[in-house]
Amino acid sequence: MDFPPDTLHSTAPPPARAPTPHPAPLWAVRGAMSRKMHVAFAVLGFCAVLAVWLGLAESGWFNKVFLPRPQDVAQRFYTWLVEDDLLKDVSISIYRVMGGFMLAVIVALPLGLMIGTFRPVQAFFGPVMEFARYLPAVAFVPLVMLWVGIDEGSKVAIIWIGTFFQMVLMISEDVHRVPMAQIEAAQTMGATREEIITKVILKSALPSIMDSLRVTMGWAWTYLVVAELVAANSGLGYAILKAQRFLQTDKIFAGILLIGLIGLVMDQLFRWVHRQRFPWLYA
Amino acid sequence: MPKLNIRKGSKIFNTGKITLHALQDINLSIHENEFVALVGASGCGKSTLLRIIGGLESFTAGDVSVDALPIVDPGLERAMVFQDYSLYPWLTVAENIRFCRELKAHQKDNSLRATYHAIGRAHALMELMGLEHISNAYPNQLSGGMRQRVAIARALMPAPEILLMDEPFGALDAQTREVMHELILHLFAQERSTIVFVTHDVEEAIYLANRVVVMAPQPGRIDSIYNVPLPPAGQRHLDMKLAPEFLSLKKEILQRIRATARVHTDAGLLDKLTKPHHHDNEEGRSL
Repeated sequence: MDFPPDTLHSTAPPPARAPTPHPAPLWAVRGAMSRKMHVAFAVLGFCAVLAVWLGLAESGWFNKVFLPRPQDVAQRFYTWLVEDDLLKDVSISIYRVMGGFMLAVIVALPLGLMIGTFRPVQAFFGPVMEFARYLPAVAFVPLVMLWVGIDEGSKVAIIWIGTFFQMVLMISEDVHRVPMAQIEAAQTMGATREEIITKVILKSALPSIMDSLRVTMGWAWTYLVVAELVAANSGLGYAILKAQRFLQTDKIFAGILLIGLIGLVMDQLFRWVHRQRFPWLYA
Repeated sequence: MPKLNIRKGSKIFNTGKITLHALQDINLSIHENEFVALVGASGCGKSTLLRIIGGLESFTAGDVSVDALPIVDPGLERAMVFQDYSLYPWLTVAENIRFCRELKAHQKDNSLRATYHAIGRAHALMELMGLEHISNAYPNQLSGGMRQRVAIARALMPAPEILLMDEPFGALDAQTREVMHELILHLFAQERSTIVFVTHDVEEAIYLANRVVVMAPQPGRIDSIYNVPLPPAGQRHLDMKLAPEFLSLKKEILQRIRATARVHTDAGLLDKLTKPHHHDNEEGRSL
């Protein structure tokens, strides 16, 4: 007869096996999580930050000039929207980011594709790009102002310098990672070089290129603020700088939060397009 | 006249200081509707040879030709099946199989009749490979076995005269592999093409092929060629793997591969490895 080992030496009845399977443990290593639970935790994360902020601000330990209360920031946000033309600041900033970013994409995409595909192009541009990537974009600000002036072009140029070189290298890496078997399969089917590039390499690398663009978009926002802090009379970065002069800490907070919020929305937009455009990755 | 002819083929890789004879003096003739398997220890150049026939690589010296025409690059009369990762994940099963129709090389005849014929062939291939019910699935939704079926169907789509297979079932489990063997034999009996099949599995080679070519490494060369004493493809079945003549051929080929692989167990070295301190102490004392 088979006894569970623990019943042999004990008088207590063996513990009954649970008839239903365990609910998936929440803290399992690399465990799974339902969508609802995920959203709940994400909301909780934001609430925690807000709570800490509120607690510190209400504690009275800090001067309001150093740490405004959340409600003050909300209030400032409202007056900025109604009285100070928030939308104009937001739209001009988005316009600059988009301008610099799109110009970078237009050049980086074909160049990255060529670098990742053809060895001579890689040998020619690769090392130069690796070098240029380490040039601090911020240090280019005086040069850009000298060359391009202080109008819209300079902000776009700084964003371009800040994102372009990274973007080229990331795209060329994405292209380079296309499995050789996919390319050779097309070759054995008689595909021409152009067909291999357009029908295989580009199609295969597009999802990861899209991800690379999403990441570089974040950097574009960083460089926007740099550009607007230094040389602008409009936009979110400029608004933050102006608020500093008037010690409007709540407005600085509002500006920073707003940039974060716009970044988050853009990121989610990228992810949404990714899901729509590349269904096979989510099937 | 042989369908595929290789004469004095050799390939040398020159990587700086090291010169590697990947293939040396390869002579091989393969006839129409023949199923030839290439086996051999790793590094014997069997995959390189297949890739040269496919036109993806080339000999340093020597000739390879199809119907007496030299091979310089991939051609439509030759199709290739790779081990894995060659399917296009962004296309569905049906789209993958029809992929070649997207290429200019296959669009010379764009008449309605040719298009209908192509659609018909794609359907027939899906039916033959048991893929109709998943024709709208994406490759990453499929098991490894199913993915290889799609890869084979895609290679067969343009009705190639020669099918080149580079360890196509190397990543599959034993059961799936057996199913694929039956499928390949059925397909070979139906399509009547010429197949060159690279594998490291000797049993697979004998069960599928008419001839088994054993290759040896350093330098990569043809060691020996065996005719398989089994009935034609359509009449083979799994029980034959247990027949005495099958087993003796398998044993013979395995012995050849082992002999050429230069892998041997050095008893003295093993002894040294297991009792190193003992020996050291003894030597120390004697000194």
